[in-house]
Amino acid sequence: MPTQPITPDSSGYYGDYGGMFIPEILRTTFDELIAAFYKAKADPEFWQSYVEVMQNYSCRPTPVTPLENFAKSLGGKFQIFCKREDLNHTGAHKANNVMGQGLLVQRMGKQRVIAETGAGQHGVATATMAAKMGLECTIYMGSVDVERQRPNVFWMEQLGATVISVTEGTATLKDAINAAMRDWAESMETTHYVLGTTCGPHPFPEMVAWFQSIIGQESREQMLKINGKLPDRIYACVGGGSNASGIFLPFLDDNTVELVGVEAGGHGLESGEHAARFYGGTVGVAQGYKTYFFQDDEGQMMHTHSIAAGLDYIGVSPILSHLHDQKRIRFTAATDAAVISATKLLIRTEGIIPALESGHAFAAVVEEVPQIPDGTQVLINLSGRGDKDIFNIAEAIGDEKWQEFLKAKVMNQRN
Amino acid sequence: MNLTKYLKNRLEPSQGATGLKSTKRKILLMTHVVVGYPSLEANWKMLEAMGESDVDLVELQMPFSEPSADGPLFVKANQEALRNGIRWKDYFDLMQRASGKFDFPVLMMGYFNTAFAMGFENYCANIRKNGGEGFIIPDLPLEEYGDLFELSRKQELDPIMLCTPTNTDERLQKICAQGSGFIYCVARKGVTGKNTDLDQSANNFLQKCRGYTDLPLALGFGLSEPQDLRKLQGKSEIAIVGSALLKTWEAEGETGYRKHLMSLAAARE
Ligand SMILES: Cc1ncc(COP(=O)(O)O)c(C=O)c1O
Repeated sequence: MPTQPITPDSSGYYGDYGGMFIPEILRTTFDELIAAFYKAKADPEFWQSYVEVMQNYSCRPTPVTPLENFAKSLGGKFQIFCKREDLNHTGAHKANNVMGQGLLVQRMGKQRVIAETGAGQHGVATATMAAKMGLECTIYMGSVDVERQRPNVFWMEQLGATVISVTEGTATLKDAINAAMRDWAESMETTHYVLGTTCGPHPFPEMVAWFQSIIGQESREQMLKINGKLPDRIYACVGGGSNASGIFLPFLDDNTVELVGVEAGGHGLESGEHAARFYGGTVGVAQGYKTYFFQDDEGQMMHTHSIAAGLDYIGVSPILSHLHDQKRIRFTAATDAAVISATKLLIRTEGIIPALESGHAFAAVVEEVPQIPDGTQVLINLSGRGDKDIFNIAEAIGDEKWQEFLKAKVMNQRN
Repeated sequence: MNLTKYLKNRLEPSQGATGLKSTKRKILLMTHVVVGYPSLEANWKMLEAMGESDVDLVELQMPFSEPSADGPLFVKANQEALRNGIRWKDYFDLMQRASGKFDFPVLMMGYFNTAFAMGFENYCANIRKNGGEGFIIPDLPLEEYGDLFELSRKQELDPIMLCTPTNTDERLQKICAQGSGFIYCVARKGVTGKNTDLDQSANNFLQKCRGYTDLPLALGFGLSEPQDLRKLQGKSEIAIVGSALLKTWEAEGETGYRKHLMSLAAARE
């Protein structure tokens, strides 16, 4: 069972960040969830059952793969490894969180789950968990994301979930979260809200980080086994912060390990069209918690942009905000263009197709090559696989044959 | 103004008290305006109608981009108001005009990030300066008030606390102990804008709150018709009507809105 090197205070705060800014109607539900979570957290059998499920259903432990060709193509005298969260069932680290929360739902005796989704990865993972565990499932998804991620919508529906397209606000992830919160304010007696990342009111950041820390816990053992030492640097992309928290936190007390979080640089930080909260954000309170938000000077949330739907979000984990202020984690951003190019390089040199979200971590490494000292061992969290992004990647690359194929498909459907 | 006294004064005395005029009301009416939706001009017409029907209390909602405790109609209203370019200044200008012109007290209603971004001290000072009497923050639990309690007392503002039927007795007691002005009782689970059955469980809930406070009780979420107010007489001191009136404005315009409002106002006696 992993020990958490960082836990919130009794009000759910990590330093200045986090807390529980919830409508009073949900207070009792949160109290019950906190009690159930802490009971499970203190119970070694619960963690054991979680690990077993992840082994039998989701390919854990996922391997650490040395990326010799990729490193060589960058011309540096360093080694790069990646943690293969893409090999999880349903193709991303999201599986860790949903299966963990699913086990908790079984303990709490609820029959229905709801979730928000941006890229659709968390939606598919939740729908999968619900199918496996026999739970009713509703997924809220911004209508813009429904457009961007149709294949995931298709699979969620096949898995038996009801997908509700949210048209309010910017019709993206943040609006899906509001919609899920509203559902929960009415359905809490029978329903658990499977929040998909290390955001939202306490205890979600702590709970999601706990389940995701299986990534870092395994990585630690694997790196020690491969190299006899810990990595020098770890890179992870940061949307809400769950895959980053998962790989970072078990290394938090290892001061020699540099932790680098990579946010979505979109069209470039100067363009204003990005989702780098630690660059353009200020501290605020929304969606139930206090953190850095992408907001204007009157506290209204602003539009974010990223080529990766999973990073296109206004807020960021309070755990990461705290560690940002503490300077324990360094944050940087990768632009859409740099991500496409790093993604192509990884595909060509290693035969691994990363999600565009994960591509951000690789792009940051590519960008920082000149500053990486010889002999450095770099670990990258490959949070998910890229199959889901085929439409976006093909469009970004401008692959004509793919466009022909799409046209032909549409014609066939019409006939 | 002492809000609690004002409210109690407008109500018929409970049985046993003497010497008060019979024109007094059996229940009071609090109405709601989302500032900037459909427009500031329309808001003013709504407020004029409220003035004419002698509404007892009005909450002015500051729009927010993430109105997570609101239902579809108010979500749209928040969003459109922001699209109309409503900023703090527009909001407080309207508050000042309203408090200057009408007899009813006005309250600030809005999500916590506005208070946080403004700074608690400015937040309270701005409400006071523009004639508000208190504020309602639906996503701020009492644990997170910090020095907002003290600062509001300094400006003689009432922070209005919310009680809900899912709260434990212990929690209700704690919330009521911090209450000021009146207590906002949320009639049911869910968000704004759906009908509420004023059934036995709502009564039990109100009675429970009554046990923890001497402040007037306001019941809100889902009230729409005069008969809702009549049913509530003797159970809560204030009935809150929000979405239902806005819905009428959308469907029937100003004329329908006035008619609806008058019928609600008449149901107080
Ligand atoms: C593959 C992948 N990586 C990363 C993310 C970003 O989320 P987080 O920052 O919580 O890991 C997502 C979100 O959908 C994702 O699908």
